[in-house]
Amino acid sequence: MNENPESAVELPATDSKAAVVEFRDVTISFDGPPVLRDLSFSVGPRETRILLGPAGVGKSVLLKATNGLVRPDSGRIDLFGEDIAIMKESSMFALRARTGMVFQEGALFDSLSVRDNVAYQLIQERVPDEEIDTRVKEALLFVGLEHTFSLFPGSLSGGMKRRVAIARALIRNPDLLLYDSPTGGLDPVTSTTIIELIVKQRDFYKTPSIMVTHRLQDAFTMVTHRYDAEKNGMIPLPDGETDPNTTFLMLNEGRLIFDGSIHELVASEDPFVKEFLE
Amino acid sequence: MAFEKIDSYAKELVLTVQEYFLFSWRALMNLFSRPIYWADFTQQSDIIGVGSTTIVIFAGFFTGGVLAVQSAATLASFGATAVTGRFVALSMIRELGAVLTGIMVSGRNASSMASELGSMVVTEQIDAMRALGVDPIRKLVTPRIYATIAMLFFLTIVSDFCGILGGATVTVVMNHQNGAQYFSMAYEYLQFPDILQGLVKPLIFGFLIASIGCFYGMRTTGGTQGVGRSTIQAVVFASVMIIFSDLLVSILMVSIFNK
Repeated sequence: MNENPESAVELPATDSKAAVVEFRDVTISFDGPPVLRDLSFSVGPRETRILLGPAGVGKSVLLKATNGLVRPDSGRIDLFGEDIAIMKESSMFALRARTGMVFQEGALFDSLSVRDNVAYQLIQERVPDEEIDTRVKEALLFVGLEHTFSLFPGSLSGGMKRRVAIARALIRNPDLLLYDSPTGGLDPVTSTTIIELIVKQRDFYKTPSIMVTHRLQDAFTMVTHRYDAEKNGMIPLPDGETDPNTTFLMLNEGRLIFDGSIHELVASEDPFVKEFLE
Repeated sequence: MAFEKIDSYAKELVLTVQEYFLFSWRALMNLFSRPIYWADFTQQSDIIGVGSTTIVIFAGFFTGGVLAVQSAATLASFGATAVTGRFVALSMIRELGAVLTGIMVSGRNASSMASELGSMVVTEQIDAMRALGVDPIRKLVTPRIYATIAMLFFLTIVSDFCGILGGATVTVVMNHQNGAQYFSMAYEYLQFPDILQGLVKPLIFGFLIASIGCFYGMRTTGGTQGVGRSTIQAVVFASVMIIFSDLLVSILMVSIFNK
C-alpha cells in the first residue's frame, strides 16, 4: 500500500490489453437446477464491473467462481489468461493469491488480531515482522482504521470489519479485486464510507474489480463520483459525466440479462431491468 | 418409494466414504510437500497433548483402580490375588489405556476440531483462506492430524502408567497387598507383543479422531445448527470407529503373535 498515486499504480502482470477475467458459457449448479446458466462476460484491465441483481440470483456464486472457489459444471473461466475451470485446486492457490476478495460479512479470522488478519498472506510468505507492521499500518491507514491494529474482530463494528477486510484484500496490491456486497446490511453513512474506499481504490490503484451489490444507490455513486487525492475524498463528477471504466452486469434467474454502461442500463427496455431500476 | 430412499442413502454413504478417504489422503500427503506449517503443528500438539493430560491422568488412574478392585475380588476366589498387578498392567497396556485415552481425546478434541472448522466454514473464513491463496487442508487439517497422532501416542503411555499406579494404590491401600509384588507381577509378564499392541493402537486412533473431526467440520452446512450437528456426528463417529478399529487391530495382533 502506498499513499503516493504515482508509485501506487501497478498494472496486472498479464498482457495489458487482455481481459483479466473472462467467462465463456459458464453454467453452475448445486444438486438441482443451474444457479448460473450460459454466462459470458469479461473484465478488462482497469475496468470495474458492478454486478446487480436481486438477492438469491447467484451473484455471490459468480464472484466465487471468478477465483475458483466454486467450480463450473461447464464452460470456461479465464483468470489472468489461465483456464481455472479445469485447473487442480492445488495449482489455483498461486493465482488466488493475486486476487483480493472482500466477503459479504468480512470473513475475518476471529481468533486473529486485526494486524494478523490484514497481514495473513504476508505471514504465510514469511515476510519479516517489521515490514509486516509497516505494510499493515499503511493498509489500515488507507481504510482509516489505523487505531484497530491490535484489536480483535469481535470488538469491531460491522462497518469496521468490512474496512479491515478491504485492507486485507489490498495489502498485496492484488491484480483483481472482488467485492461481495461490501455494503450489505450497513447504515447509509457507513455504506458511503465503504463505497468511497472502493472508489479510492479504483481511481488510485486502478485495479480491475467486480463488485456485487443489490443496492442501486451504491452502484450509481460509484459511477458518478471520482476520488480526489487533494481532498482525500470522493467528489461528484461534472453533470452528465460518468466513469467510463465502471460498467454494469445484471443477473436474473441465473442468466446475464444486461452487460453495458450506465447510459445503456437506464435506457434498457428489458422489463426486469426497468422494474429493478424503479 | 422405500427402495428409492435406500438407494439414495446408500449412494450418499458411498460418496461420503469416498470423500473421507480422499480428504484424509490429501491431508496425510501434505507432510511430504511444502509448505509445512510447523508452528501450527506445535500449537495443536500443545492444545491436544498438554490440554488433555489432566483428564488422561485421572481417567487412567481411576480405571487402573477399578480394575484392581474388580479383579481382586474375582482373583481372591481362586487364591490368586497376587496376580492383580499382571492383570491390571496387561489390561491397561494392551487395551484400556489406548481405548480410554482415545475416547477421552475424541470427546475433547474431535468435537473442538469439528466445531472450530465448522464455524470457520459457515462464516466463510475457510473460503477467505482459500481466496488468500492458503490451502485450508494443509494449514488446518494436516497439523491437527499429525499432532493428534503424536500426542495420543504419549498420552496413552501416560495413561498406562497412571492406570498401573492407580491399580497399585488400590492394591496396597484397600486390599493390603504388597506393593513390590504388585509391580513385580506387572512388569514380569509384560512382553513385546503387549507393548507393541498398546502403542500401535494410539497411532490409528489419533488419525481417526483428527481426520473424522476435521472432515465433519469442513463439510458443515446449515449455519450454527449445522455446526452443532457436525460436532455430534464427529464425536459419535470417532468414538465408534475407535472401538471398531480396536477390534480389528486386536484380532490382527493376536493372529500375528498368537497371544
